[in-house]
Amino acid sequence: MSPVLLAVAVPLAFALAAFAMRSERARPWMVPAAGVCQVPVVVWLLAQRERFAPADGSWTGLDPLGALLLGYLCVLFGCCAFYAPPYLRLRSERPNRVFCSMLLVLFAMMNFFAVSQHVGLMWVTIETTTLSTAPLLYFNRNRRSIEATWKYLLIGSVGVALALLGSFFLGYAALHAGLGSSLVIGDLVANASSLSRPWLHSAFVLLLIGYGTKMGLAPMHTWKPDAYGEAPGLVGALLAGGFTSCAFVGLLRFYSICVAAGDGAFARELLLAFGLLSMAVGGVFMVRQRDFKRMLAYSSVEQMGILVLGTAVGGVGLFGALLHMLGNGFAKGVLFLSAANIHRHFGSKSTDEVRGALRILPASATLFLLGFFAVTGAPPFALFLSEFTILRAAVSEQRFAVAGAFLGLLLLVFIGMGATVLTLVQGEPLAGRERPAARPERVQKLVPIVALLALVLLLGVWVPQPLEAALWSAARFVEGIR
Amino acid sequence: MSEVLNPLLVLVLLFNFLMLGTSRVAAVINAAAAQGTLLGVAYLAMHGGSGVRALALGLAMIGIKGIAIPRILRGALRSQGIRREVEPFVSFTTSLLLGAVATGLSVLFARTLPLAAGDAEALLVPASLATVLTGFIVLTTRRKALTQVVGYLTLENGIFIFGLTLIEAMPFLVEAGVLLDVLVGVFVMGVVIDHISREFSSIQVDDLTELRE
Repeated sequence: MSPVLLAVAVPLAFALAAFAMRSERARPWMVPAAGVCQVPVVVWLLAQRERFAPADGSWTGLDPLGALLLGYLCVLFGCCAFYAPPYLRLRSERPNRVFCSMLLVLFAMMNFFAVSQHVGLMWVTIETTTLSTAPLLYFNRNRRSIEATWKYLLIGSVGVALALLGSFFLGYAALHAGLGSSLVIGDLVANASSLSRPWLHSAFVLLLIGYGTKMGLAPMHTWKPDAYGEAPGLVGALLAGGFTSCAFVGLLRFYSICVAAGDGAFARELLLAFGLLSMAVGGVFMVRQRDFKRMLAYSSVEQMGILVLGTAVGGVGLFGALLHMLGNGFAKGVLFLSAANIHRHFGSKSTDEVRGALRILPASATLFLLGFFAVTGAPPFALFLSEFTILRAAVSEQRFAVAGAFLGLLLLVFIGMGATVLTLVQGEPLAGRERPAARPERVQKLVPIVALLALVLLLGVWVPQPLEAALWSAARFVEGIR
Repeated sequence: MSEVLNPLLVLVLLFNFLMLGTSRVAAVINAAAAQGTLLGVAYLAMHGGSGVRALALGLAMIGIKGIAIPRILRGALRSQGIRREVEPFVSFTTSLLLGAVATGLSVLFARTLPLAAGDAEALLVPASLATVLTGFIVLTTRRKALTQVVGYLTLENGIFIFGLTLIEAMPFLVEAGVLLDVLVGVFVMGVVIDHISREFSSIQVDDLTELRE
């Protein structure tokens, strides 16, 4: 067994332990315990990245993209995991056995995806993440959450089925070229120039639709507002930060095959179209959105658009997109978790009822407001840096129309999202609800949010050298610059 | 090879039309089950002789697609107490016509794609595309959640037909993983349908309208 699978085995072991455990009170602590135990494993793997680089024909290994994703998931999960015990204590009326173990299975499968190098294996792991999320979405067991789960399952499964067809097409492209038949990313990239073009093109379109459904790119995003709106905040944070990033990394791997085959331009046009459409759809639906959790979902659609748009711009733009992936994940964590605190206190997620949160829940409302500034790319947060990088790359490539549309859409998002957020945070509280919460907010439910906010702020002012090197090596890897 | 395979694939196509033309949910499930079994047989016919693993996988395919999944679906059907698909979004005649058009287009499209030597005379690629499209038609035009699951299954069947061209490329573990994911997926969908029917007292998909803009 390859040592990189240790990053999968550790959370999986905790998932089994959580499932076997009897105590409802102690079980939620397995989630942060897994997050902590994962840290040394990932540090060890990343430190010896060269040694674990995918060998020829090997199904697993750490390519630069996978290494970046693995480290990022470890940090994101590590922060979010500490939200689980205080959250589940508040929901102690519900059994949490399935919730805790599925949360850990989800984490394990996201890591498995990061280290997969075989197209089929990538498919199996991404489908398993989908299935393991279904019980998480349905945690609240009401009509709305069952409806969201159904849509998520059906749209997700159909999308991922198309991705399977795309994977097969990719295999056929190799088979037809007489390359034997390997579905390992490294082999496909190495032999890309002889792949059969019509099959490669059809494969990329199907894979873009399939993995784009998982990312929630418009117009395949329809599951997102329902799922994010009904999911517990913790699950929303992991979906919007972790799961969608996995799908993006998958897409980048397929894009790298297209680039190596000399068909980068074809893929870039498609990515650009999906990117602009997603940003536009996300922006338009955020305007006058009263449900603040659905608003976060549309923000996620828009952010995914930025990721593929940055990829389409290429070069420095791709570097920006990868940095944006990290910043978006951490900012989404801040937003979803603080929104969960607000939702819990008010018992509603509509700005018809939730107003003036700053007076009533000062800590969570402040964090939510700062999260809003972070996610819309206000300086000094990381997303400002990454969006500015993408913009600069577009301008230096003389793609002024793209740069103009990008800026315009960012402005639309800022205004649309700002109206809802300001009503929620600042507005006049409803009569009879203007008094501050009786007890101060629990520190345990704020610490993970503060940690995530610190990360998104830190990345905005200082990208540590090893991280910068990792981002560059991932960007070069995708574009085939050795 | 194609003399064994092509009759099987023609049968698969016939089951597509059966699925599109009938209103009885049980018949739709049976058609998908028969299709799954045929795929397992086709897999065995192509690769069954090449070792224990291929034999095991072919038998597992028949077991899962032909027996286990239909059993889950029939169980869900019984607990729902429904028999027929009523008032689909598109009438059965129209969906049959759509199916015919989709099959024709698949044959035309498959001709434009460059095929490897052995696959050109076999119906593998057109049959696969036609079955995928049939799955889509069922998914988008039916109201019952259960029928939509069968549509998903048909889509998956179509993809499996294409997978038959690639057996050497797919490692055993990955194929087994794909099969398992489909089984678990249908199982989870079955559980969700069960909960839907308890909450909404029907499994019409158009009752699911609480979440929208």
